[in-house]
Amino acid sequence: MREEIICAGFGGQGIMLLGKVIAQAAMKENKHLTWIPSYGSAMRGGTAFCTVVISKEEIASPYVDKCDSLFVFNQPSWDKFKRRVRPGGLVLLNSTLIKNSLGPKGVKIRKIPFTDLAASLGNARVANMIALGVYLKEKNIVKKKSCFEVFAEIVPPGKEHLVGINKQALDKGYAV
Amino acid sequence: MNKKMLMTGNEAIGEAAVQAGCDFYAGYPITPQNELTAYLAKRMPEEKRVFVQAESELAAINMVMGAAACGRRAMTTSSSPGISLKQEGISYLAGARLPCLIVNIMRGGPGLGNIAPAQSDYFQATKGGGHGDYHCLVLAPGSVQEAYHLVFLGFDLADQYRTPTILLGDGMLGQMMEPLIVCSSPACRPGREFVVRRKRLPTKPWALNGCQGRGPRVVKSFFMQNELLEGHNKILQKNYAQIKNKEQRCEQLYLEDSSIVLVAYGSMARIAKAATAALRKKKIKAGLLRPISLWPFPAGAFEQLLKKKKKLRFLVLEMSCGQMVEDVRLAVNGRAAVDFYGRSGGGIPTEEEILKKILHRG
Amino acid sequence: MKKAFTRPKSLRDVETHYCPGCGHGVAQRLVCEVIDQLGIRGKTIAVCPVGCAVVAYDYWNFDCCEAAHGRALAVATGIKRVQPDKFVFTYQGDGDLAAIGTAETVHTANRGENLSTVFINNAIYGMTGGQMAPTTLLNQKTATTPLGRDAQREGYPLKVCELLSRLPGVAFLERVALDSAGGIIKAKRAIHQAFVNQLEKKGFSLVEILSPCPVCWGKSALQAQQWLKEEMVKTFPLGRYK
Repeated sequence: MREEIICAGFGGQGIMLLGKVIAQAAMKENKHLTWIPSYGSAMRGGTAFCTVVISKEEIASPYVDKCDSLFVFNQPSWDKFKRRVRPGGLVLLNSTLIKNSLGPKGVKIRKIPFTDLAASLGNARVANMIALGVYLKEKNIVKKKSCFEVFAEIVPPGKEHLVGINKQALDKGYAV
Repeated sequence: MNKKMLMTGNEAIGEAAVQAGCDFYAGYPITPQNELTAYLAKRMPEEKRVFVQAESELAAINMVMGAAACGRRAMTTSSSPGISLKQEGISYLAGARLPCLIVNIMRGGPGLGNIAPAQSDYFQATKGGGHGDYHCLVLAPGSVQEAYHLVFLGFDLADQYRTPTILLGDGMLGQMMEPLIVCSSPACRPGREFVVRRKRLPTKPWALNGCQGRGPRVVKSFFMQNELLEGHNKILQKNYAQIKNKEQRCEQLYLEDSSIVLVAYGSMARIAKAATAALRKKKIKAGLLRPISLWPFPAGAFEQLLKKKKKLRFLVLEMSCGQMVEDVRLAVNGRAAVDFYGRSGGGIPTEEEILKKILHRG
Repeated sequence: MKKAFTRPKSLRDVETHYCPGCGHGVAQRLVCEVIDQLGIRGKTIAVCPVGCAVVAYDYWNFDCCEAAHGRALAVATGIKRVQPDKFVFTYQGDGDLAAIGTAETVHTANRGENLSTVFINNAIYGMTGGQMAPTTLLNQKTATTPLGRDAQREGYPLKVCELLSRLPGVAFLERVALDSAGGIIKAKRAIHQAFVNQLEKKGFSLVEILSPCPVCWGKSALQAQQWLKEEMVKTFPLGRYK
């Protein structure tokens, strides 16, 4: 088993965090993993992305060229990454912000308005965790329980109240 | 107690430095190693060690020289353009025989280049870099865990041989997170195999701490009379010969029966490793030789390989336009074909490209 | 009978390489006298950067560290930060401190590092053979200003004490001149103050010493002293700046 994931969107959409939650959940389950961010100027308003590899075996190359799953949250990221999904791959596409969602053939595209759904929960910033919920339902790469544990571990002091809404968002995605 | 954590290469290097007893750190911001400086800005004061954000890379390396002259473990970190600025200081450290650790998280060059991962500072790191006849020990980690290990080893080797040591990583290694086993007590620190071997690190009878109760000491690299400088250089060269003799390190994979040997270091070696496995699946007898010490270059491993097998082919892979390939050619010395494939400026040779390169040559 | 004048313990019994009439020998001796007086020889670490200052470690009888051109205060910062209980000072020329090392000078002072600096201003590069220094006077002829320093072309003499006096991290600044017996006594007093400040953890202290370089100025020792007293002090007024 080797799962290669790309998460992409605007800086501020919680792209890096999404990747980290998956990575850390995989570590909890004693899987091998790597997480690589885009860095530098991409942090401010541009396209931010990270790549995650999860594997039962030791990971030789952490470099992701084509991916098995793509989380994509805005139009520029979709335009940039749609050619990097393997045939048979999965796309979690934020239809709130991606209007032109035409993609390559042979790829399963779940078009869901993540941002709208998150706003209906009262916090548009949890769109990432709704997408994660959908992903966990589609692919059993890491367990929902592990993700919940990660939330509690990585929440910065003073922000504990955010754990609840993130769990709620993940559950909502899972139920879509 | 061993503890498994998710850490970036930059953070792992910082944590290892703290655990290896680094007393002094000076650095200047530059991408893609900023997380390392920020990590130490937090951790060093916690451990009552010194952290200074210097006004320039020049100042940073020279602050390190001051702390090293006092016999303390000292470190500076930067990325390619910043390391260029440090070269004068590194030459002085080498000349004055001061140990320290210098971390270069390489990015694309020349000039301002870009901030993407690259391996184009190989020449600079292994061939001296500054002025004069000198070498730095150069260690190249291939994973976050190994970066952590090599910081311990780097400090130990620097102390043992009284020489600046360079940890040569790249932007991918610095930014990448992998599970890291971190130890909380010195007794179980992962670098302990090195520590045990090097339990008897030399004392530092040259360290400056005031001449109370002893004769004055001078730390210097200046020898006005020709014969004095030549004598000093001979001491340096003898030291380098010893390092070459004893400190070559590399990882070897499937080399017993290989007819094609991929040679790569650092992040590039990770991809080469995947390519090696893919080639094996296609029944091609490929192997991997991954230099861990870049200086001294593990020429001995090539020697052994060539002694054992007559028909061999090497493919050197780099995230540069071809630098380490020169050392491979020197080691092979015409006894086998040495091909090269590299990309630069943030381009990374992919597994697919490597396979194509090999399969098409036939 | 008590000896009235003797070699300080901090000064080795060797001949210096300095030219006749040069101020370095005097300044370095003053440093030694003060160190002896304060009884701090055993905990002193000096930093000697490239320039005529570098060989001071052959004359001084305490721990010394060499520094690259301009980097003395960075090296000193490293030493002092890991050994705050030691006495650390730099001894720098004008090219070192005010040209190639200006950034280190300004930032070390601005950080208020608890260090002392003896700054030798002789308005010229001595060791390399008399080129223009940042402190070379207007109209002064040097190897690289053969027609005299022209403000239009080479800018103005850099006034280090004036420049640093605005920085809050600086505890003490004084400009003195080795132009007479009285000047030498004043210089020693200023060095003493700069050193005591560090022992009392007051922050960064610097003494700028106007010092003759007869050979590179193309003057006799006596003429050089005269020029220092009459010309140099017009551009670099003596006194306490902070």
